[in-house]
Amino acid sequence: MKLSMASSPHNHSQKNLSRLMLTVIAACIPGIIAQCYFFGFGVIVQLMLALITASLSEAFMLSVRKRPVWPALSDGSAWLTAVLLAISIPPLAPWWIVVIGTVFAIVMVKQLYGGLGFNLFNPAMAAYVLLLVSFPVQMTSWTPVSSLLAQPLNLMDQASLIFFEYSANHTDLIGALTSVDGTTMATPLDTVKTAVSQNLTVDEAMMGKQFSAYAGIGWMWVNLAFLVGGLFLLKTKVINWHIPVAMLATLAFCSAIGFILAPGSHAGSLFHLLSGATMLGAFFIATDPVSASTTNRGRLIYGACIGLLVYLIRNYGGYPDAVAFAVLIMNMAVPLIDHYTQPRTYGHGAAK
Amino acid sequence: MSDMKTLFKEGMWANNPALVQLLGLCPLLAVTSTITNALGLGLATLLVLVGSNVTVSVVRNWVPKDIRIPVFVMIIAAFVTIVQLLMNAYTFGLYQSLGIFIPLIVTNCAIIGRAEAFASKNNPLLSAWDGVMMGLGFAIVLIVLGTMRELIGQGTLFDGADLLLGPWAANLRVEIFQFDSQFLVAILPPGAFLGLGLLIAAKNVIDAQIKAKAAPSSEPEKAPRARVTSLT
Repeated sequence: MKLSMASSPHNHSQKNLSRLMLTVIAACIPGIIAQCYFFGFGVIVQLMLALITASLSEAFMLSVRKRPVWPALSDGSAWLTAVLLAISIPPLAPWWIVVIGTVFAIVMVKQLYGGLGFNLFNPAMAAYVLLLVSFPVQMTSWTPVSSLLAQPLNLMDQASLIFFEYSANHTDLIGALTSVDGTTMATPLDTVKTAVSQNLTVDEAMMGKQFSAYAGIGWMWVNLAFLVGGLFLLKTKVINWHIPVAMLATLAFCSAIGFILAPGSHAGSLFHLLSGATMLGAFFIATDPVSASTTNRGRLIYGACIGLLVYLIRNYGGYPDAVAFAVLIMNMAVPLIDHYTQPRTYGHGAAK
Repeated sequence: MSDMKTLFKEGMWANNPALVQLLGLCPLLAVTSTITNALGLGLATLLVLVGSNVTVSVVRNWVPKDIRIPVFVMIIAAFVTIVQLLMNAYTFGLYQSLGIFIPLIVTNCAIIGRAEAFASKNNPLLSAWDGVMMGLGFAIVLIVLGTMRELIGQGTLFDGADLLLGPWAANLRVEIFQFDSQFLVAILPPGAFLGLGLLIAAKNVIDAQIKAKAAPSSEPEKAPRARVTSLT
């Protein structure tokens, strides 16, 4: 019998990088299913495109940088980036949108900074912002909920719209989306923002067909599905509670104050929590272990600042949704936050 | 003569104002959305740089040390005013499209930097050469960045060249490829930051490769240390 002596730690964590990444991807599944149900199968096509592009560009950059390809590719971080980007962009955006975004995320934001662990910014969100700034028309033409479309788009229609920007029944994307009976194709956040800028009240804006009592039809369920996925991540201890709780609490608190002070021009907390990318951002994007703060106090500050920024940009900024911008801005502040929130090393310094 | 050569190398590559000193970034980032704008501002900066370098060098022995910076600034401002009036007279379209960035050449640190670091210590001839080389180095980076941004953003080259070179230059406009929708980020300020970052990175890569080639590892390879204890 051979007794081997290993040095400590003796109790190994069963977590490893690829399992971590795959768990996060798995936790996205409820949200993806909800998106498919409400917005059509376009999101699956986008996912496939993003995954293929991400694998190819990651492999290409690794071979250019003379690094072993398979270990870095199989850790799943590139795939996670691809998934997060694909579910953030409109499901029927033309194919080159997601391809450009994914290439930018992997090549510029991740690999040029030195690969996983060295990227200053969240690759998926940096790519999202690039796309939003470059192609505002395509990036804001979000598909209306399928039940509102006069002529529902079948799978072939959707694939053909993504790849050729026209389909058998519609001449172009805008035509397909505006065949909605009397409703606009803007997202709920966009609709409310436009209405408020036209001196309508939030209540009047939410009379539209695409709203239920609390938030947009479909959007509410998509957000709840991402919430379920996020709770699963918390349960499996893939992420800590600090960032999502701080972000959601701040957003809810700010929007509650706004709603109490000026209910006509400020939507309530539930609307903000269940619209846009709130839940996706809180559980999947802001918690990125590389670009987020790493101390517990720092995480609270980081999450709270993201929540505050999301609220401010949604209400007073130029863009309808703000999670990507808020996350990128706070990514820049992470080194500062980490510097001032270092925990006391055990045995050093006095407890206050 | 060797001085001349050193200055050439310094301005064009080793101490390039835009890529190494990182001076004058405000106009560099702001006006490089097309080649024409880049060329216009590059030439204007070149002219001001040569003029101010020569003048500063001529008066260097009469300027008291304590007030030299204000004097240099006055000299530069005078040349900028000359260039601004010239552009207003002869290339009015470009004058309008460059806008505030022509008067802002005064604040371009590359110019006052050369006046302080070189022209105030050397004779007029060398200073003029230094101004030409530094100005050219700056202008070339401007033009390369402008080419990148115009090509990626609009798919054209020399768009609006007639504003700078006269009506005949309208034919210079080349449409390389056509987009249904422009790649806006290349034309907007973020594209300038991304482009400049890539240029600086490319320069560093080339430098590192040259260095690696020039000095092949002089130390003889040591044999790997034999491990005598086993890990398991």
